[in-house]
Amino acid sequence: MTKPFVAVQMRGISKSFGGVKALDNVDFEVFVGEVHALLGGNGAGKSTILKVLNGIHKPETGTIQVGDQYLTESHPKEARDAGVAMNFQEMSLIPTLSVAQNIFLTREAVSKLNLINDKEAVRQAKALFDTLQVDVDPNAMVGDLGAGQKQLTEIAKAISQNAKVLVLDEPSTALAVSDVERLFVFLRKLKEKGTAIIYVSHRMDEIIQIADRATILRDGKHVISAPISKLPIDKMIEHIVGKRSNGLADVTFSKASKGDLLLELQDVCGRYRPQKVDLKVHEGEIVGLAGLLGSGRSSLARIISGITPAQSGKIKIRGKSVNFRRPGDANAAKVALVPESRSTQGIIADHSVQSNVTMASLKQLTRYGFEIKQKSQSIVDAQIKRLSIKTASRDHAVVTLSGGNQQKVVIGKWLATMPDILVLDEPTAGIDIGSKSEIVALIRNLAREGKAIIMISSELSELLTACDRIVVMEGGRIFSDNPREYYNESSNPNDDPGRQLQAAEKHLQTEIQLAVKAQTRLESTNG
Amino acid sequence: MAESRTSKSHLFRVLIGDWRQNIIYIGFIVLFLIFAVTLSDKGFLNPNNLLNIIRQTAMIAVMAIAMTFVLSAGEIDLSVGSVAGLATVTVAMAIAIAGPIAGVFAGLATGLVVGMFNGWLTTRVGIPSFLTTLAMMGIAKGAAMWISDTAAVPILNQSYAWIFGGGSIGRIPVLLFWVLILGAIGHFALRRTGFGRRVLATGGGETAARYSGIDTARIKFRVLVLSSTAAALAGMLYAGRLQSGRFQLGEGDELSVIAAAVLGGTSLFGGKGTVIGTVVGAMMIGMINNGLILMGLEYSQQLIARGGIIILAVALSQKR
Repeated sequence: MTKPFVAVQMRGISKSFGGVKALDNVDFEVFVGEVHALLGGNGAGKSTILKVLNGIHKPETGTIQVGDQYLTESHPKEARDAGVAMNFQEMSLIPTLSVAQNIFLTREAVSKLNLINDKEAVRQAKALFDTLQVDVDPNAMVGDLGAGQKQLTEIAKAISQNAKVLVLDEPSTALAVSDVERLFVFLRKLKEKGTAIIYVSHRMDEIIQIADRATILRDGKHVISAPISKLPIDKMIEHIVGKRSNGLADVTFSKASKGDLLLELQDVCGRYRPQKVDLKVHEGEIVGLAGLLGSGRSSLARIISGITPAQSGKIKIRGKSVNFRRPGDANAAKVALVPESRSTQGIIADHSVQSNVTMASLKQLTRYGFEIKQKSQSIVDAQIKRLSIKTASRDHAVVTLSGGNQQKVVIGKWLATMPDILVLDEPTAGIDIGSKSEIVALIRNLAREGKAIIMISSELSELLTACDRIVVMEGGRIFSDNPREYYNESSNPNDDPGRQLQAAEKHLQTEIQLAVKAQTRLESTNG
Repeated sequence: MAESRTSKSHLFRVLIGDWRQNIIYIGFIVLFLIFAVTLSDKGFLNPNNLLNIIRQTAMIAVMAIAMTFVLSAGEIDLSVGSVAGLATVTVAMAIAIAGPIAGVFAGLATGLVVGMFNGWLTTRVGIPSFLTTLAMMGIAKGAAMWISDTAAVPILNQSYAWIFGGGSIGRIPVLLFWVLILGAIGHFALRRTGFGRRVLATGGGETAARYSGIDTARIKFRVLVLSSTAAALAGMLYAGRLQSGRFQLGEGDELSVIAAAVLGGTSLFGGKGTVIGTVVGAMMIGMINNGLILMGLEYSQQLIARGGIIILAVALSQKR
């Protein structure tokens, strides 16, 4: 092979935010025609270096070269003119504009009179989605779309720029498996045409599939850049977490004793989803909900926690029928939901750890309308200690914490209400592996205390590590409900835990695919 | 299968979903018919009365067209009424000293200067436009009172008065042409130009717009300049129609202007705006005022009825 041509060269980049070094003398190099994975835990500096490359942040030191052009102005337009395109985890979409208008924002097709031609934009957007082989309506308002469709729009926007350097920051978090595969097929085509692709993901299996080389950052420093063939998953994880912690496979699986029946659903239906769900959860039991995006997992969670009332069916808690009309009803019945979107549904970022943790239990913490300071302080301190939340003090704003610790604040907020039933929707989304295994261990501890837990996660390894039972959903229905052991491979009991987990993951993956097939068949017979 | 699903939902949107979007047009027609029937003996349908409605609401419409851009960009301009008042005075004084052309320049310059100041304070100093323009409301009014010594300044130049609001071609008032031309320009600028799209993007999601390479500060600066300039033009129309400059002209108009835009379907939270809706909204407010007067309601009752109708219309247009 001839010497590969360099598409991006960043040298000696340093950047601080309020005294904290986010990047410390980092070198980053991407070749033409390769998929380069950028890896690291939360706060490792991945987002920061990408924003520097994109001209959103101005580095204190260092040089940025794209192709043979030096970027000096630190302006998004300069980076784009040099051929850099990036998706920003839903941050570059305008909810009040249509899909097509968003994709071609600032690059609109114009007619002879220099007026914007939206029909042409719709046509081009359609063509783009056709090449990607995904189904998104170019006329739909972005604000009305679900997370997966938004993500596809975001990716289409980046791709439509025909960039020399395409940056995809966690492009697959909300995508169905089949869409991810189509995206990979497309990325391989782009790569052959000579596009340099920078790919950020927390999903190692994806990285192995698509990347040629990887660069790993940790705590704002460059750790290693190497071909992916020289970085097996355990090596990668080792570099990412440093000496802090091991992967999920090492979370000890201590079986909690199953107690009385706590939550029972009979024939529960939502407006669209879920459909006729029967589910029983006992004290000390963790039930995982697996399935693709749109399978009805989150809708079910919202019904159980009273955010959207059920349309029909029965919900019983300790044998007593309940009728939740609003979240407060569920909280009074000791049900708590740790919601899917941390930033919009979980925390108030600018408020202190204390005010976030006490937000859901203010009734117990006030007398005659005044907050009982000592009581709320001791409750907050107890949660900080119990969850080992890393914060300078309880008075620091939540925005100053890392993603994993922000998530712990949300969990702490709901634990402070002393729930019996805890529903966790994607509790580890977007946080690093170290914090992930910590949160999984925490969830197991909560079950041991006798709480009934329902956990939703798109990371199968996580469900398999945490749960006693795994329910597979598709199309709003429950496809199967099996104990965790069902997914064990009995033939090889002597394998190391990592291998066993991988085997179980494959098994569960297959089960989900079976559910999809069954649902498709069901839909086609129903017309 | 997916194809049929999207087209079905599209049809659904057009038939059912859009009635809330089009409530302003439906409301306008319904109200017009109600007034036409109940007030027919009081001369509501008399051409002179209808043309009067246009004369009375043209200035509101001109300011509201620009306000549509300001609101769409997620900002607000409370100073438009006072700026219009200030412009009537500067125009009248400039005409008295140096003639009608100087008057036009003085009027537009008033708008540009105020707008640039508003824009500078909002985008560079970082004061929210709500506060910037609230303060400017008082400053502009004070300036108008000061330089005119609180007295009316007469305009004796007839050609100025004819072009800017006083004249009519046949029976059609010149003011109608101002509204139609500015409305058409505004409509195309918002819907079909890069500037308009950037305005909508800035108001719809500022961070996303910035990440897409849009200079949102510059967009905000421009809409505020546009708004003050349109307010100054409205002031020039007031001055021409009434053949004088007075600081009280335009007083309190900011509320009617914002109401016209919101009635027309422009979002107070940014990202959504329609100039045609705004113009119809302004006409609707004028029609309500006119109808209530013809009904013989007292001023106090008019205020209550007008407020009620506006709340009803906006409530019906809310998405649920």
